[in-house]
Amino acid sequence: MPEGKLCNRQPVTTLEQLQALLADKGGKQYYEEMNRLEVDAKALWDTIQRTCKSRIRTWLEICTHCGLCAESCFYYLANHKDPSQVPAYKIQSTLGEIIRRKGRVDNAFLQYTMDTVFAKCTCCNRCAIYCPLGIDTGVMASYTRGLLFSQGFTPWEMKIGSGMHRIFRAQMDVTTEDWVETCQWMAEETSEDWPGLEIPIDKEGADILYTVNAREPKHYPEDIAQAAILFHVAGENWTVPSEGWEETSLAMFAGDWEGCRQQVQSVYDAMARLRPKRMVVTECGHAYRATVIEGPYWAGLPTGKTPVETLHYVEWVAEALRTGKLKIDPRKKIKEPVTYQDSCNYIRNGGLADAARYIMSRIAEDFREMGPSREHNFCCGGGGGLNGIGRYREQRNIGLKVKRDQILATGAKLVVAPCHNCWDAIRDLEEIYRIGIRWTFLKPLLINMIEVPEHLRPREE
Amino acid sequence: MYEFVTGPLAWLAFAVFFVGNLVRLVRYVRGLDWKLDRVTYGTNIAYGVRGALRSIVFWLIPFGTHSWRNNPGFTILVFTLHAGLIFTPLFLLAHNIFLQERWGFSLWSMPGGLADTLTVAVLVSAALLALRRIALPEVRRITSAYDYALLAVAAAPFLSGLIARYAYANSEFWLIVHVLCGEIFLIAIPLTKLSHFVLFFATRAQIGMDFGIKRGGMKGRGLQW
Ligand code: SF4
Ligand code: SF4
Ligand code: SF4
Repeated sequence: MPEGKLCNRQPVTTLEQLQALLADKGGKQYYEEMNRLEVDAKALWDTIQRTCKSRIRTWLEICTHCGLCAESCFYYLANHKDPSQVPAYKIQSTLGEIIRRKGRVDNAFLQYTMDTVFAKCTCCNRCAIYCPLGIDTGVMASYTRGLLFSQGFTPWEMKIGSGMHRIFRAQMDVTTEDWVETCQWMAEETSEDWPGLEIPIDKEGADILYTVNAREPKHYPEDIAQAAILFHVAGENWTVPSEGWEETSLAMFAGDWEGCRQQVQSVYDAMARLRPKRMVVTECGHAYRATVIEGPYWAGLPTGKTPVETLHYVEWVAEALRTGKLKIDPRKKIKEPVTYQDSCNYIRNGGLADAARYIMSRIAEDFREMGPSREHNFCCGGGGGLNGIGRYREQRNIGLKVKRDQILATGAKLVVAPCHNCWDAIRDLEEIYRIGIRWTFLKPLLINMIEVPEHLRPREE
Repeated sequence: MYEFVTGPLAWLAFAVFFVGNLVRLVRYVRGLDWKLDRVTYGTNIAYGVRGALRSIVFWLIPFGTHSWRNNPGFTILVFTLHAGLIFTPLFLLAHNIFLQERWGFSLWSMPGGLADTLTVAVLVSAALLALRRIALPEVRRITSAYDYALLAVAAAPFLSGLIARYAYANSEFWLIVHVLCGEIFLIAIPLTKLSHFVLFFATRAQIGMDFGIKRGGMKGRGLQW
């Protein structure tokens, strides 16, 4: 069988295809079909010829096999220094080999490649800053995921995720109506306690366009309410778009570059339509990476920047604290030891370490850095889509050990994790390893800490 | 024979070395693609230059980066090896006398004792780096015969040089072997992964621009390498 019904080289673009995939619980049939999926070696080599240029080819060629990248990778550390977890080995034995063989590889090889670039690499890019030649294995693993996607070798959940983006312009089946209704519902409910609070939808020319992670409307609508409260108290003139509100990109994890482009374009279209002064992205790392850092390139914007200036949520909070738009009640600062999870996506790959430090200095009395921290921090273990892939659950859980030990070493029982993926990974690590920690986004912390001006006070007070 | 290896063959070796390295650099730069690499090399130039320079300079300083500091032994070996590889042939008295005779110019020459020390240092560090490849499982896994061969190609001119100078001081045979080894080394640089001689600067500049322009360089104080 050259191609399967569920597992094939075509991306999911219709609701029927998506439902068929979803009905295949755990991807049982999907992975069975994958065992028989034919490799289109010619197309693979053509794609490589077209897209693999001097940057990646030189990396693969001049790697001196020095092994310095080994200890930079949390997977290597978590797996008792297993040599097959050395970044250089992982990429040379997959992408390197595909290129050496000019694309003439078989099904088993592409499955090995998939298992490697998904279950042994979260594309956290940490190894890039430890390699003397600046070789970024994370970038190459991500590129390899793109090759695999074009050949139909992608984990079941990633195929679904990419399809979601292509169909709903969101990582989950949240329609425009669902989203708008959730915002209205949250506005109604929250304004009972916060007189005057609104969640303005599609307001033109606002100071801030606020965009989110689809999990928020789907599973955590209170997050939207909390964002609204903080904007309300800060006196911001803000809005959410009815369309183009989703920042995340499972398509990026999957390597579905066309899906990535479509997704970010929807956000940029919202910018064009509503002409906000700036955009603020919710507390999510990969969402920021996708829409703000990589997105402009997928959309072909020669500035390399989003059409309007964009802030990650931590930048907005830092700014609001600095300008006094949000004031912290000093009595309510966190007294207990607290640490911060530096997300690879907006810290290492986004340069926002100082904003995070500034926030912590304002809200915590005993802030403890993880070691290492800032741009050198280890991935939480759930990056690159790993949190959501059943096939690789075990490998993901082993990877969490590095973060567990980092947190334990701080002595803190509270972890601030302003990134959905990190937040999930830390929740799971507590569930598995039981180290007695709590974890939180910034919004709920801030709401309990801010001084609320008289005229905005909640009604009960 | 001596005339041939120090004449036409030397010209050939130098030609391959200079032209080859230049071609590698040019091809690297021409193969960069702002859309595929997702880095606006040409638009945010000031950030790019800053990022590239930081990325090169810190890595050229022994113990200048986290990675060098985490691996002190390796760092000493690598810097010793490279210092010896580059400076010894350039500033060796015998080479400069030869240059003066053949091509009518010469560079500053280092004292003989220093040259000998550097030569021995190259051989010792190359040997230890080879042992390291065997001893450390994470390095052994990624090492191939090619890696040892390149170490040998780099060390051979130094070993043969020592032999030609001390063991068989008047042997034309060993002198020819030495010259040949040097020429093989020169030719191998652009044609093998020894091309990191120039491509180190290219890939470091690229990743520096990558972080300096796109990945946070415009927002933070710059990546602490
Ligand atoms: S640190 Fe860089 S050069 Fe050394 S093995 Fe790893 S990728 Fe290759
Ligand atoms: S990108 Fe991260 S997970 Fe992947 S090999 Fe490098 S350090 Fe390991
Ligand atoms: S989940 Fe967080 S720490 Fe992990 S890769 Fe993503 S941003 Fe990095």
